[in-house]
Amino acid sequence: MATRLKEADVVVVGLGAAGGTAVWPLAQSGMDIVGIEAGPRVTEKDYPFDEIRNDIRDWMGRFKANREVPTTRLNSTQTATRPLGATGPMMNAVGGTSIHWMTQSWRYLPWNFKTRSETIKRYGASAIPAGSTVTDWPFDYNELEPWYDKVEYRHGVSGQAGNVKGKINHKGNIFEGPRKRPYPLPPLRRSGWNELTFDAAKKIGVKPYPGPTGIRSHAYHDFAGCTYCGFCGWTGCWTGAKASTNLHYIPQAEKTGNLKVVSMARVTEVNVDKDGRASGVTYLKGGKEYFQPAKVVMLSTYMYENVRLMLLSKSKAYPNGLSNNHGQVGKHYMGHGLASASVMGVFPGRRLNLYSGTIGQYTAIDDWDADNFDHTGMGFIAGGMASATMESKPIGTANTIPPNVPRWGSGYKAWLAANADSVGTLAAQMETFSYDDNYVDLDPVVKDDLGRPVLRITFDLKDNEIKSALWMQDRLKDWMTAAGGQNIWTYPPAVYSPNTHAFGGARMGHDADSSVVNRWQISHEVPNLVVLGGATFPTSTGRNPTETIQATSWRAADHVAKHFKSLVA
Amino acid sequence: MSEKSSGEELQSGLSRAQLVRRAGMLGAAAALPGVAAAAPAAADAAASDALKALTAAEATTLDAVLNRLFPTDATGPGAKEANVLRYIDWSLAGDLSVFRGPYASALAAIDAYAVQTYGAAFAALTTVQQDQLLANMEGGAPEKAALNNKSNPQSGFAPSSSAVFEMIRTHAIQGMFGDPAHGGNVGFVGWNLVRFPGPRLVVPNHEQQLDVVPKKALKSTYQLALFKNTKHTP
Repeated sequence: MATRLKEADVVVVGLGAAGGTAVWPLAQSGMDIVGIEAGPRVTEKDYPFDEIRNDIRDWMGRFKANREVPTTRLNSTQTATRPLGATGPMMNAVGGTSIHWMTQSWRYLPWNFKTRSETIKRYGASAIPAGSTVTDWPFDYNELEPWYDKVEYRHGVSGQAGNVKGKINHKGNIFEGPRKRPYPLPPLRRSGWNELTFDAAKKIGVKPYPGPTGIRSHAYHDFAGCTYCGFCGWTGCWTGAKASTNLHYIPQAEKTGNLKVVSMARVTEVNVDKDGRASGVTYLKGGKEYFQPAKVVMLSTYMYENVRLMLLSKSKAYPNGLSNNHGQVGKHYMGHGLASASVMGVFPGRRLNLYSGTIGQYTAIDDWDADNFDHTGMGFIAGGMASATMESKPIGTANTIPPNVPRWGSGYKAWLAANADSVGTLAAQMETFSYDDNYVDLDPVVKDDLGRPVLRITFDLKDNEIKSALWMQDRLKDWMTAAGGQNIWTYPPAVYSPNTHAFGGARMGHDADSSVVNRWQISHEVPNLVVLGGATFPTSTGRNPTETIQATSWRAADHVAKHFKSLVA
Repeated sequence: MSEKSSGEELQSGLSRAQLVRRAGMLGAAAALPGVAAAAPAAADAAASDALKALTAAEATTLDAVLNRLFPTDATGPGAKEANVLRYIDWSLAGDLSVFRGPYASALAAIDAYAVQTYGAAFAALTTVQQDQLLANMEGGAPEKAALNNKSNPQSGFAPSSSAVFEMIRTHAIQGMFGDPAHGGNVGFVGWNLVRFPGPRLVVPNHEQQLDVVPKKALKSTYQLALFKNTKHTP
C-alpha cells in the first residue's frame, strides 16, 4: 500500500529541460510544487572527461533510462528488437538532459509553426507528403517569442542576432523570426574549423553565421564562461558555463520555499479519480511506494517516457491509457537524425584541432532549411539547418574513417596515424514529418526492470525524408569541397532510433480527434493534466529542440499559474 | 594562486560564485586554470592483469584476435601494449557483463572455425591465417559457406560471424582509445595514435586554430583533482 503524502498544488514529473524550467515560474507564483526526479542530484565532480562512461555507456542514465530502452522496428509486420547492451537516449538527474545536452540553442523559424498552411499556400495541397499528418502548431512564432526571450536571458544564450524587430543583420541568421532584442551574450569563440567552413560557405553563395549556443561565452550573472574543454555533450559542464536547469532554475525555485524536490524517485503511474481527473502520481523511492496527491499533474519526462506513462496509466475513465479515449496517444511520432545527412572529408596533412570546444561552437547555414529556398519541382518539402561543429573525441575519431580504408589491422592503424584530426564533418538536422504509420505503443514482450512494458517504436523513412536527405548530402558535399575536403564520403539515409530528438505522441492541437493537448498543453480529456516537452510538438523542424522545449514549458507553466483556480475547479 | 591550490579548493567545495571571482582575477583566456593533476594515484590501473571475467583459454584466443585488429607494427604499439584485453575483461566483469555469455560463445566459435579451416586453435595460427579468418568473419563468409552444407547449414557463430567480429572490434576500439581508467589505452598508446592530447580543463584560443600542435596533457581524467574521487563504473 502506497504511503499517501500531503497534497500539492502541482506535481511535476521529471526535472529536466521541460520540468526544470517550468518549476521556476510555478514556484514564483506562490503555489506548492513537488518535483519528482528519477535521478540523483549531481555536481561538477560527476562530469569526468570520460568518453566510455558518458558517451558510450550513458552512465547518467543508469537509474532509469538504461533500464527501459525502447524497442524499434520499421513497420508493423516486424517484431521490434533492441541491441544487446543498448543504452537509453537520455539521462536521469535533477536537471535531466539539460545537463548533458549538446547546447545548440535555437528558436524555431516562423514557418515551422505553420508548415501545413504555408506549404499549401505556396505549392498546393499536393505538396503535403503522402500519408503525412503534418499540421500547424496551435500558436505562432510571435506568440512564443516572449518566452524565447525569457529563456535566453534567464540562463544566457550566446549568439549573433539576425533579426531584431524586423531589422535584418547579415552577420546573424537572416531567416530567423523577429526578436525583441539581441542575444544577451556574443557568440562563442571562433575556432579555425569554424572559420574555414564559414569562408567556404561564402564561396558557394550561402549565408553562414555563428550558431546560437546555451553556453555562456563569458561570465554571466553568477556563472563562469566556457573553457572550450571539448567534453561538453553527454556530460555536464565543470565550470557551470552550460545552461542547465539544475543551475539556473531549480535551485532558485527551491529558494522561494515553494518547490520540494524528490530525487531518486521513479513515477510509475498517474492516478485518476472517479470523475476522470488526475488525482496525483504514484512513485517508488528507496524500495517504498508513495502516492503524491496533486491538484494539477504536469508530465515533463522525456518524450518516450511521457507517452509510456500515459499508456501505462489505465483506469476506468481511460481504459486505453490516460487521455487516450480518442486513440491519439503515441500517434504522430517523429525523430531527428533519422534521415540525418552527414558528409565527411579529409584535409590531408592539416590539424583541425577538433578535440576541443563544443558542438555548440559552430558555423551554421539556414539557406537549406524550412522554406528558405524554392521547393518547386523538388519532390519534397522542408530541409535542415546545416552546421560545422567542434568537439570530437578519440573513440568517435577512430570510428570516422572513409569506406575505402581498412577497418582494422596495420592499414587501419597507418591511416589513423596519418589522418586523425584531419577529418572534418558537416551535418544537417533534417526535418522529418509525422505519418499515419509511424507511431509508438507498448511493447507486447519486452519489459523494463520493474516488469512493465517498454515503449515500442514503429518508424520508417518516407519518400519526403529520403529525398530531402539525399538533396542535402549534395549541398554538404559542395560545402565540403569548397572547404578543401578530399576523399569525401557519406552514407545512405537510414533510420536511427531510439532518438535524442523525439517528438509527438501527445501532440498539441485544437481538437481531441487529432491531438492530445490543447494550445496551453493541457489534455483535451483530463482537465488538470499538462504535458510538456517534445511529445507535444506537432512538427520536428530542422533544428535542435531544447530552447523551444524550455520556452513552451515556461509558457504552459505561466498559464497554469495564471488560471490555476479555473483549472482545478 | 598556484594551480595546485585551485584544484584543492575545488575539491573542498569552493563555491561557484567564488570560482567565478577567482577566474575573473586571473583574466579571460586563462580563466579557471587547469586544475592540475593531484599526485597521480599511481593508477591502480597498472596494479593487476589478473583476469576478472574471462577464462585463461578465452583470454588467449581473444588476445590473439586483438593483436591482429591493432597489431604492433611499423606504425607503433598496438592492442598488446595498450592492454585492450584487460579493457574487455574488466568490462565483462562490470558495465558490459551482459556480453559475458556472447563472448564465451564467440571465442569458442572462433577457435572451432580455426580448427575447421586450418587444423589448430586461433592463437596457434600464423598471422596470415589469422588475418584471413578475421576477414572472412567480417564479410560473413562462414555463413555463406554454411549455406552449401545441407546437412548442417550453421556457421557455428551466434548470431553470425560478422556480428561477432563487429562486437569485438567495437570493444577493441573502446579499449584502445578510451580513458586508461577502464584498463586499456596503457601508456596512452591509442590517444597518441589519433593525436588526442589528453583531457584539458581549459583549451586556449590558439590550440583551437588550424595546424597548431596542442600541448600534450596525457593523463587519465580521474587523475585530475576535480575527478579524483569520481566513480567511472559501478
